[in-house]
Amino acid sequence: MASKFKQALDQGKFVVTSEVAPPKGVNLEKMAHHIELLKDKVDAMNVTDHQSSVMRFPSLGAALMVKEMGGEPILQMTCRDRNRLALQADLLFAHQRGIHNVLCLTGDSVVLGDHKTAKGVFDLDSSQLVAAVRKMEKGKDMAGNELDGAVSFCAGAIVTPEANPIQPQLIKFEKKIEAGAEFIQTQAVYDLENFKNFMEYARQFPVKILAGIILLTSAPMARFMNKNVAGVTVPQEFIDEMASAPKGGAIKKGIEIAGRQIRQIVDEKICDGVHIMAIGKEELVPDIMAAGGLL
Amino acid sequence: MIRSITRKKPDEELDRLLENQDRVFIFGCGTCTTLTNTGGAEQVQAMQEYLASKGKLVTGATVLPVACDNITHEAVREFSGQINQARALVIMSCAYGVQNIASQLKKMVVPALDTLFIGKETGVGVFNEVCTQCGTCVLGETGGICPVTACHKGLINGPCGGTNNGKCEIDTNKDCAWTLIYNRLAELDRLDLMKRFQPPRNHQGEPSPGKILLGD
Repeated sequence: MASKFKQALDQGKFVVTSEVAPPKGVNLEKMAHHIELLKDKVDAMNVTDHQSSVMRFPSLGAALMVKEMGGEPILQMTCRDRNRLALQADLLFAHQRGIHNVLCLTGDSVVLGDHKTAKGVFDLDSSQLVAAVRKMEKGKDMAGNELDGAVSFCAGAIVTPEANPIQPQLIKFEKKIEAGAEFIQTQAVYDLENFKNFMEYARQFPVKILAGIILLTSAPMARFMNKNVAGVTVPQEFIDEMASAPKGGAIKKGIEIAGRQIRQIVDEKICDGVHIMAIGKEELVPDIMAAGGLL
Repeated sequence: MIRSITRKKPDEELDRLLENQDRVFIFGCGTCTTLTNTGGAEQVQAMQEYLASKGKLVTGATVLPVACDNITHEAVREFSGQINQARALVIMSCAYGVQNIASQLKKMVVPALDTLFIGKETGVGVFNEVCTQCGTCVLGETGGICPVTACHKGLINGPCGGTNNGKCEIDTNKDCAWTLIYNRLAELDRLDLMKRFQPPRNHQGEPSPGKILLGD
């Protein structure tokens, strides 16, 4: 049976996903609180996988927790820390425990994280991981051996619509779809006119696209992203708007901007849904959804 | 010509490796490490002074013409007296030279350098890694630019999301291999090659450690 998230995609409703960030340590209270708060509001929750190459509680364990608490997890899997044996094994486990959505990512370099001398694996890339999922669904492992019980997943991948240069990125995007990606969550988009151009191109492919919305929390945070996060461009007018917020009102302003973006995406039917990333402030996702008219 | 590219080890590491080794002989190399200013005559001289300042007795020093070459044997014999007086050999060649010297002398070797990569001088004082000797060459499908080497993650299906203005996410001094490959293939009107899905790589083209026995 198709996952709840897959059903939501197929029904053509406007889909909303958010994030769950596993903690560094075994205290899962905050994460549990976020899951409880969001599980009935969003269509699915992405569970990040050692986000930014920082070692944390595993995405598989946290996705299981989302499932057990009655939520719908999207298991994020990067190719940075596991070779093809380990990735396939985790897919078997995920399927067997009722996790049926997976987001296939290449993963950030270990050099950017908190274990800078670790070995980056990258035995596979994101498109090859999508292809591996599809192969395992046909009852074979990557080496062509029979599986005693096949998996089934709603498999997705990501794209950076504002990457520079964009052409190589689009070739990779098409390869991910060719490999079998059913949904795409994008890197944060702020310039919606630019994003509309991307969507005009992307519409030709049989794939659902969820626009990435990252909550701006301050003007310096927006400038930091422009400087340090590949493929993310916060337009100057948003930075000015954030800077204009009264003292202590920056987050409220960020929520307002995110809400406005969501409303425009819904009203103009720009894409199939949004993926809201509140980066450490997941408790604000309901406020963002309300500002966007989604609650 | 390709070269073995090296970098001097931190002083603290060298000091640790030389703990309790009071008498040392120093080898430099007249080839790659001379080119990279890591093990030529000047650096060997500086090493002599550094080790003397640390209270070591330097029994002698020489710059071998080619430390990884078979004739190193002859050069080593020439200094056998001074070498015999030393307890450890400080070697300022790449790791190939270190192993070559170690195989000929019953002495502990102390590499003074880290061997970084096999590279090419692409500008004055600029060295780029060109081949990781992976055993499964893909250059025929990328316009002659190696993604296994030039992409930090060794990706073979195109760029990751960390590519930024044609540079790599780990270092703005490093080009994004897939921007270079895209541009090259576009120029050659062969972007069809980049659009082709590449299955997972064979990482065991020659299972490590490499060894080839030439047949008849």
